[in-house]
Amino acid sequence: MKVDTEFLSALKLGGEFDARMCINCGTCTALCPLGVELMPRRLFRYALLGNRDAVLGEAETIFSCLLCRLCEANCPAGIHIAENVRTLRTVVNRDVYGLAEA
Amino acid sequence: MPVPIASTLGMLGDNLRKRKSALPLRRRAVTGWTHGLDIPRGGETVLYTGQMWQMVPAIDAMSRQLAKYEGRSSARLFSVARSMNKVLNLTPFLARTSARERAAFDERLRNIAKLLKAAQVPFGYLYEDDLYAGGLAHDEGLDEAFRVQAQRVADALRRHGVRRVITVDPHTTNMLRSVYPTVVPGFDVQVKSYLEVLAERRLSATTKLGETVTFHDSCVYARYEGVLEEPRSLMKEGGITVLEPEMSGKLTFCCGGPLESLFPGKSAEIASRRVGQLSAVSKRVVTACPLCMANLKRVAPAGVTIEDVSDYLVKAYCPTPVPA
Ligand code: SF4
Ligand code: SF4
Repeated sequence: MKVDTEFLSALKLGGEFDARMCINCGTCTALCPLGVELMPRRLFRYALLGNRDAVLGEAETIFSCLLCRLCEANCPAGIHIAENVRTLRTVVNRDVYGLAEA
Repeated sequence: MPVPIASTLGMLGDNLRKRKSALPLRRRAVTGWTHGLDIPRGGETVLYTGQMWQMVPAIDAMSRQLAKYEGRSSARLFSVARSMNKVLNLTPFLARTSARERAAFDERLRNIAKLLKAAQVPFGYLYEDDLYAGGLAHDEGLDEAFRVQAQRVADALRRHGVRRVITVDPHTTNMLRSVYPTVVPGFDVQVKSYLEVLAERRLSATTKLGETVTFHDSCVYARYEGVLEEPRSLMKEGGITVLEPEMSGKLTFCCGGPLESLFPGKSAEIASRRVGQLSAVSKRVVTACPLCMANLKRVAPAGVTIEDVSDYLVKAYCPTPVPA
């Protein structure tokens, strides 16, 4: 696995990517209406590990989040899950979809 | 597999940059709902729609088109569409709506204006300057396009000397109240949803409706903006018994609406789950968001009605006009 430090700093710039406090309890994934194993806990793990390819390879999944905050309302660590997903979208838009903004 | 995301988001960004809206509507489609209501132009307090109610029939129509391409290899077609859309506004072609569909959504805006009048809340309207607030661009991570749009809206409000805004849907409420202050320097307009404005006034109903419904909380009102009690207390005073479904209030379950454009299949699946939870409690479902209403309606089986809270409130709080 390649740790991409540039990717890590892009996440910090993109907003407050605050998944660091995650205690990995799995509540979010259990509640999420999407029923996708990756969402959102595993995705954040990849991001925090600086595994750029694993994250960007999941562009579609990142855009399937409803931003509904059902996960957040029950997260014991108070993580801003929806805002983190939004931050990942800004990176995908730029690096995968080529939607560089003027 | 969703519809091609890059081109769809590209079009959204292009529309916002060039035409100041996610789905650029004709002017009449934006302001037509005011016909005959005599709402003054501008003022310190304005009703602000952010074009959400007006846009939903077009989003619906567009999604019906897009759904045809879900799971097909249509990347090239979408990329051609995006290029064309840069020079020619494709919305009126891709999102053809009927007058009847549009009128149904306009009627909810008329309900809301009548309710505010009945509550003696003075308000104006910005007509052609009632711009889209940019929520979709924000949600999809098109931050720069969103920031530019937010600044345009803020400039329009400043130009008209607006100090207070009354919103009519959760998404515009959230953008203006919670997101704009983080992206527009010095943005200090007071923002309240019409449900909050009405609830504060502690109105007395003119008619007790004596009906029983279940209420679907919008994720954005419930978990982003804390609007939970207002619709309930207004309905209760109007003589409506509100039954709570499985997953309600702060723990509400999404209607699936946010996925309608990019993942129509998944969106319908989530909507069906929600309709199941709601209709287990009552066949009469009440919503407070145009997107929730449209998305739940699309999958509701015969016998289950999905209506907006204003449909009920207008009957409870506005005196019925005497027939001429
Ligand atoms: S905000 Fe996204 S990750 Fe969280 S529950 Fe909703 S759809 Fe799932
Ligand atoms: S609920 Fe919160 S703490 Fe638990 S796994 Fe999800 S993000 Fe981590």
